[in-house]
Amino acid sequence: MSRKVLAAGPVAWTVKPRLVAVVVIAAVLLVLVAAINIGMGSSRIGIWNVLETLLGGGTRRERGIIFDLRLPRTLAGVLVGAALGLSGALFQSVARNPLASPDILGITWGAGVGAVTAIVAGGYRGQVSGMVSALGVPVAGLIGGLLAGVLLYALSWRRGIDGYRMVLIGIGLWAISYNIVNWLLAAGDVNDAARATTWLVGNLADVGWDSVGPVAIALAVLVPVTLICGRTVGGLQFGDDTARGLGIRVDGARGALLLLAAALAAIATAAAGPITFVALATPQIAVRLAKTAQPPLFGSMVLGALLTVGADLLTRLLLPDLPVGVLTAILGAPYLIFLFVRSRREARA
Amino acid sequence: MTVVATARPRTRRQRRLAGIGGLAVLLVLICAASVALGTKSIPLGEVWTALTQPSGSESDIIVRSLRLPRTVLGLLVGLAIGVAGALMQGHTRNPLADPGLLGVTHGAALAVVFAVVVLGIDGLYGFIWFGFAGALLASVAVFLLGAVGGKGATPVTLALAGAAVSALLHGLVSAIILGDERGMEIYRFWRIGSIAGRDFAITGQIAPFLVVGLLLALINTPGLNTLALGEDVATALGQRVLRTRVLGVVAITLLTGSAVAACGPIAFLGLVVPHLARAITGPDYRWLVPVAGLLGAVLLLTADVLGRVLTGDNFEVGILLAIIGAPVFIVLVRRRGLSKV
Repeated sequence: MSRKVLAAGPVAWTVKPRLVAVVVIAAVLLVLVAAINIGMGSSRIGIWNVLETLLGGGTRRERGIIFDLRLPRTLAGVLVGAALGLSGALFQSVARNPLASPDILGITWGAGVGAVTAIVAGGYRGQVSGMVSALGVPVAGLIGGLLAGVLLYALSWRRGIDGYRMVLIGIGLWAISYNIVNWLLAAGDVNDAARATTWLVGNLADVGWDSVGPVAIALAVLVPVTLICGRTVGGLQFGDDTARGLGIRVDGARGALLLLAAALAAIATAAAGPITFVALATPQIAVRLAKTAQPPLFGSMVLGALLTVGADLLTRLLLPDLPVGVLTAILGAPYLIFLFVRSRREARA
Repeated sequence: MTVVATARPRTRRQRRLAGIGGLAVLLVLICAASVALGTKSIPLGEVWTALTQPSGSESDIIVRSLRLPRTVLGLLVGLAIGVAGALMQGHTRNPLADPGLLGVTHGAALAVVFAVVVLGIDGLYGFIWFGFAGALLASVAVFLLGAVGGKGATPVTLALAGAAVSALLHGLVSAIILGDERGMEIYRFWRIGSIAGRDFAITGQIAPFLVVGLLLALINTPGLNTLALGEDVATALGQRVLRTRVLGVVAITLLTGSAVAACGPIAFLGLVVPHLARAITGPDYRWLVPVAGLLGAVLLLTADVLGRVLTGDNFEVGILLAIIGAPVFIVLVRRRGLSKV
């Protein structure tokens, strides 16, 4: 793999041409898919008109429809997908394990416990209602996810973090939260259970500006921090001793990255419910497309956004009544299977 | 050195025998408790009369038609899940292997939901066979996927394949039940895992599969010991690896398929039990597998009785097992290196 070094004063980046190509192509595709997604609806708007409107042109009617009604859904898809992709890439790099993803480590279902508790407690039987319960679900989800992340880190800590132990502990947390959710669903009213199940699949349809705003702000803070901290990920991949030799404070770096990854996943899940598989599959897809040694952070972000918005678009075309999470699961799983069968064939050849 | 070498097997043998003896006693005690305790507690003397010379009194009816079927089913299912968990961890050489984790449970769930929503089948008698078939298909799919393109299923590929299949099946289940209130109603109660409200007819339906599965599992154990050295070594030692693998998959499928079909997913038991059993027996699968079965039955029944007595049937056994089992598992993970199977 050819590498070029790009230097600007004291800062230098290694440029991997293949990775750059993947990111550029994914970004272009993302813009196109997002434009088509925004154009879809009861009155269709062509892709070029959408792009024109987003850049400041368009008729007043088009501006109204796009900015007031349709943009939040797609933007939420972009933000949530990016957060999930980045979160998955961090988890998989830090744990050095392709199975480490917020889905499997219990973060997503931790958020699920919070959200479903809010739905069942504040729902149909109505101890808490209206505005409070509408605001409550994302906040409760966020709290649940973050708690799961802190628990994961605290329980995995034993003179340092071992990736394998972390996956095991995460599976424990996942099992607890999954079962609490199931119990809540069985204990609750059937209408609440239906609403909670819709949330638990991951849904972009009901996302408005009021939930896009907080997500955008949170990501604007977290993503730069993550990408800067992420520079140490490259050192961690060689094993702890080598990383220490490179001058990385291994435990601190790992803890910080894990908490960032958990926060990203919790925010994404709080906004749109657990859109499964994006965080698990995206880093693996990115690694194989870009042929890098470990999941590229920025590349996983862009691919995560593309995957999520693309899945939302496909869902609206193929299964209009269903939430996007159904499709990410149905499409993501076979694609991961295909990729990993192929990579094993290549490895053998 | 020689002293250590001769001393260790002896203490290990003693520990194994003590462990099995203790578990057997525990199992008898917990079975008695399971029949006697509940919303209405019945003295053991009355339980005995109900079993030997029933007179049709209220206690007799409770014991014979509610508690006994529940206990027998719990016993069988606990055995099955414990043994299946141990086999799975042995075959995959993966301490995370568990019927739930590898997608078998979700396979059964999808088939059940399909039977209820699409075919309109009602009640356990109707969909138990679908659950069974679903578990079978899912476990075969996971093992095939894990083995595609390589020399057999390695721990990571198998776990990845399991995660992928689980996610796919879970998505499909959600897709089916989201538009169907009746399906959701049945599914949300089925999937929390319970041995309550199943009569002897259900147990009778799954019992033959469980018995065959348990026998195959026992036949499989010496092969597992050789496989634990790695496939290459096993082949070099003259073992027919493929045969051992197929035998294992069939046993696992029969055991988990029937357990899941009858009770819904009993989370965590298959994951935790082999680790506890290993602490008693060491790595020899000829001992490990039966002890895992005993432990599975003891734990399942204990959780069921606890749930009944403490919360008045509010917590079904599946939920309670997860809530008790997961912290135990986390403590184990932290205390010992679980990466070695």
